[in-house]
Amino acid sequence: MTSERVLCIEGLCAKAGDAHILGGIDLEVRPGEVHAIMGPNGSGKSTLSHVLMGRPGYEVTAGSVTLDGTDLLELAPWERAQAGLFLALQHPTEVPGVSLESMLVEAAVAGGRDPDGIRAALVVEAERIGFDEKFLGRPVNVDLSGGEKKRNEALQMSVIRPRYAVLDEIDSGLDVDALAAVARRVQDATDETGLGVLVITHFSRLLEVLEPDRVHVLSHGRIHTSGGPELAEELEADGYTGILGEAVDAPEVAVELGLGPDPFADPLA
Amino acid sequence: MPIAFNPSVSAALPGPAWLVDLRREVVEGIGDVDPPSTDEEVWRYSRIGDLDLDRFQPLAIQAPLVKPFMDSGATDANAATVVLRNGWLEDSSISTEAAALGVTVGRIGDLGDGAAYFASVLSTPADLFGHLNRAFGPEPLAVVVPDGVRLDAPIVVRVHTDADSAALFPRLFVRCGVDTDVTVVEHHTSASEVVSMVSPVLEAQVEADARLRHALVQNLGTGLWNLAHQAFRVDQNATVETFVAGLGGCYARTRTDCRLVGRGAEARLTAAYYGEQDQTHDFRTFQEHAAPDTTSELLFKGALDGTSRSIYSGLIKVDPEAVRTRAYQTNRNIKLSADAWAHSVPNLEIETDDVVCSHASTVSPVDEEQLFYLESRGVPTTIAERLLVEGFFDDVISRAPTEAVGLALRATLVERLDRRLRNLRPEAAA
Ligand SMILES: Nc1ncnc2c1ncn2[C@@H]1O[C@H](COP(=O)(O)OP(=O)(O)OP(=O)(O)O)[C@@H](O)[C@H]1O
Ligand SMILES: [Mg+2]
Repeated sequence: MTSERVLCIEGLCAKAGDAHILGGIDLEVRPGEVHAIMGPNGSGKSTLSHVLMGRPGYEVTAGSVTLDGTDLLELAPWERAQAGLFLALQHPTEVPGVSLESMLVEAAVAGGRDPDGIRAALVVEAERIGFDEKFLGRPVNVDLSGGEKKRNEALQMSVIRPRYAVLDEIDSGLDVDALAAVARRVQDATDETGLGVLVITHFSRLLEVLEPDRVHVLSHGRIHTSGGPELAEELEADGYTGILGEAVDAPEVAVELGLGPDPFADPLA
Repeated sequence: MPIAFNPSVSAALPGPAWLVDLRREVVEGIGDVDPPSTDEEVWRYSRIGDLDLDRFQPLAIQAPLVKPFMDSGATDANAATVVLRNGWLEDSSISTEAAALGVTVGRIGDLGDGAAYFASVLSTPADLFGHLNRAFGPEPLAVVVPDGVRLDAPIVVRVHTDADSAALFPRLFVRCGVDTDVTVVEHHTSASEVVSMVSPVLEAQVEADARLRHALVQNLGTGLWNLAHQAFRVDQNATVETFVAGLGGCYARTRTDCRLVGRGAEARLTAAYYGEQDQTHDFRTFQEHAAPDTTSELLFKGALDGTSRSIYSGLIKVDPEAVRTRAYQTNRNIKLSADAWAHSVPNLEIETDDVVCSHASTVSPVDEEQLFYLESRGVPTTIAERLLVEGFFDDVISRAPTEAVGLALRATLVERLDRRLRNLRPEAAA
């Protein structure tokens, strides 16, 4: 059976602790497509990215996620990565004592890929996004500045060559040149390897280089509005209040919108 | 725990007259020595109650060498290589350079002033095992490095056990003269299948301006009870770096007493330990500051798998005259299994105001965030854990006194972690 190539998120609801954060997300990202997710602080963007990769601390209460036909939610995080999903974290973790190369070598070995080319790939890709080679010898993310950590995430994405990448504010902390280089690298990957991208950002600047096919505005754990690239410009000009109205600073609205399948909610309400 | 050891064994032990007399005195008084009890802080959480001393007998003579001896580790690269088998001096060799510099390695009785060295660092036995070591131990090994001698190469001592059901008491004395630079590496090993008790004692005297790097690589078989005591006395502006790799033994206890007695003395104490199956690693440390301007810094790190257990109990003691002391103590433990168990008990006893002291201890599983990060790149959980544990030991390994010790420790840790991996993921081993 050949399944359709798509990262498909359907009715995804999730909670962190007792808090319902995602209230039914529907998204389809196809190879080569770029989908931007924007939305106010706390609207659930990072939560979505974490839930997709299976970060501990969240519980999926409804919905499904499939990657080219594979049920992701069944899998451990490393299996999701091996299935072709990549996540660039908003706050990349420092991992003392573990080198970038040994981490990527183990990932390649586990995926049955040739680990011998990792070193060379790191050098080539570092050059491509202007990441100083001297950082390659450091333990993962240790003693890197905020922007360097983001470049490191982009670098790893380039070396791992996933099918789909979720980039959570990869632009925050990057200087102008780095932003352009990273955005171009991601854009190139969409053309060269058909990478499908879900890019979370607060700024339209990134989207000037990495051109989105669709822009989605997340509010209170749901996609409030979707549109073309022009939506990002609108947001930049008018802010979220213009588009979301009251919803921006009134969390109760989310409940009225039916946020999450609350087991105690009145089904007829 | 009445001592069933036969006093005639002690009486039959060879050695210089002063040692024979000393043994007799200790044997006569040994009935009055209370056996250790877990009521004492220094034995709390230990498995001392499980030790059945009646199972083990001291040896009056060296057991005959049945199998040809394992590789003694002697290489031209060592300043000296010594083998203590079951506590007895079996073999020793010294490089021409070290011999020409006046370094001596041999039985303590062969030194003119051997009697003055014996118990000069550890004047009173710390516990019953200290008494037993004095009463039932063969003639100790002495290493003497004369003033001003700097040795580039290490002195390697193999402490090997191949006697079964034996209670063994190796003893080593190291004197680093004024302004010396010395590295001593002890490897403690045992023949497989042997079930014995080994209770070694080390006394090391580090005289003014000297530097001693000492390593104890404990890789005994899992049938062994190990109760080790090492004591260092550090004089003015001298430095000691101690390093313990705790890997083997069923119950392995290492007590380290580090006394900084001269102004400006420094100590750096390091240990790495790994427990698997039902092993117990037990560390007791004393950082004693008895002079002004002294510094001690301790870093002990361990990983515990299976149902293994570890105890770290350390005391920083600062005497009233030890002003401007700086003393640090850090113990970190990673629990690799829910059934593993680590106890960490740091203590301070400070009798002057003018000090900087800190202690920190942690017992936790592998960091969940770090684990997730590695997994999110496609590294399988157990392999990610292996990478993290290897990384966890990085800083202690870098403190090994010789590159060879660091490499050997890393290799053993990797071997243990690979074994763990094979047990957890049999499919990956196929
Ligand atoms: N463990 C948790 N328990 C309770 N609430 C949580 C937990 N984790 C996150 N939240 C809440 O979930 C909401 C969504 O957080 P999330 O990090 O997904 O926001 P975001 O859209 O990425 O915001 P930002 O733009 O600031 O990065 C926030 O209100 C946050 O406080
Ligand atoms: Mg976020």
